[in-house]
Amino acid sequence: MNASTSESRPAATAAPTAVGTDPFLERIANDEKIEPQDDMPESYRKHLVRQISQHAHSEIVGMLPEGGWITRAPSLKRKEVLLAKVQDEGGHGLYLYAAAETLGVNRADLIDALHSGRAKYSSIFNYATDTWADIGMIGWLVDGAAIMNQVPLCRCSYGPYARAMIRICKEESFHQRQGFDIVHNLMRGTPEQKQMAQDSFDRWWWPTLMMFGPHDSDSVHTQASEWGIKRLSNDELRQRFVDVTVPQASFLGLTIPDPALRWNAERGHYDFGALDWDEFWRVVKGDGPCNEARLSARVKAFNDGAWVREAAVTHARKRSARAANQSDVRGATSSQSRAAA
Amino acid sequence: MSDAAPPASSGDWPLFEVFVRSKQGLDHKHVGSLHASDPAHAIALARDVYTRRQEGVSIWVVPAHAITASAVEQKADNFDPMASKIYRHPTFYDIPEEIGHM
Ligand SMILES: [Fe+2]
Ligand SMILES: [Fe+2]
Repeated sequence: MNASTSESRPAATAAPTAVGTDPFLERIANDEKIEPQDDMPESYRKHLVRQISQHAHSEIVGMLPEGGWITRAPSLKRKEVLLAKVQDEGGHGLYLYAAAETLGVNRADLIDALHSGRAKYSSIFNYATDTWADIGMIGWLVDGAAIMNQVPLCRCSYGPYARAMIRICKEESFHQRQGFDIVHNLMRGTPEQKQMAQDSFDRWWWPTLMMFGPHDSDSVHTQASEWGIKRLSNDELRQRFVDVTVPQASFLGLTIPDPALRWNAERGHYDFGALDWDEFWRVVKGDGPCNEARLSARVKAFNDGAWVREAAVTHARKRSARAANQSDVRGATSSQSRAAA
Repeated sequence: MSDAAPPASSGDWPLFEVFVRSKQGLDHKHVGSLHASDPAHAIALARDVYTRRQEGVSIWVVPAHAITASAVEQKADNFDPMASKIYRHPTFYDIPEEIGHM
């Protein structure tokens, strides 16, 4: 569900090359799309593999905090909706792994990097989903933030990534709305339900703002913007998210857990308080509330599914052997009948 | 590998390209790819992955290795000559106004 890459400290890259001297950067500046067989700098390819695969990992790890609620969702309708949402996220993972594979890597290796802890995914999924309201907050806030990140990626320079993002963005809007709907319902419910929603909002607000990654001033320079991969900065995206979400929260009757939050008429934006970057890096580095649980659930699901993958291969072999036999028989019969004629 | 021959069990299933006809009367269009153990399996997965919102009425799957693509190095040789053949377009010709639509 979300572009997680802004979270990891970008690897240092070579100094930017001036557009005009570099034909590749010139192509990008002219808004030309890059397709898999085209020449591309190795650093561009590597950056994309890392960003797209981290994004794919986030989609499938993102299935876990919600997946646990499918059987506990409060009605058949909510169960159906959540099941469809989680299934979408699995599909998003698939689109993105496929986009990464166009760059000459194997999905099996990428998954192995995730399972062995070498690859990162969005830290937001290392937070717990203890109440039903958390499922509402994930859809409304987390998917909402993801959409903010992902819409600009639909125009990114690498064709397969941009196409995957277009498909994903079409599906994300439903995710955000079903989450909003959950929260909206709770806020029209009993005092206990309203309290549950407010508690959950208090826990998710800050981690959601951190999803956009470190401040621009703290981000190591990468060529992602010259390469047409990152169109808007972390702080620009975060500000946009705050600006659209604050009015939604006040419509719902939720209090934003930030005493510094106020409208700044001069800037035309909401001002908001400082983020706790110590917490951010703690969670990124593996010390969040659920890092271990998420990874071990992923590995267990993969290992438990091994027999299914093997059975599918065995079945496919059997089916193709049977088809080969049948065509032998058909071939034999037709030559017999030809001989008889 | 023969068409969609299953890989060694350690690796991933082979790659298929997926084409979907969005409605009767339209072409099948490339929508993406997926791994599957064989073509029948690929169709089943493509249905789940690419047509969850009534995006299609028909699916083709093609083993990715069965596709032959034009060479990137030949792009200019293949396609640039057409740039000078603008007389192949109707807009190349001036039709007198009196004639109206043609
Ligand atoms: Fe989503
Ligand atoms: Fe998603």
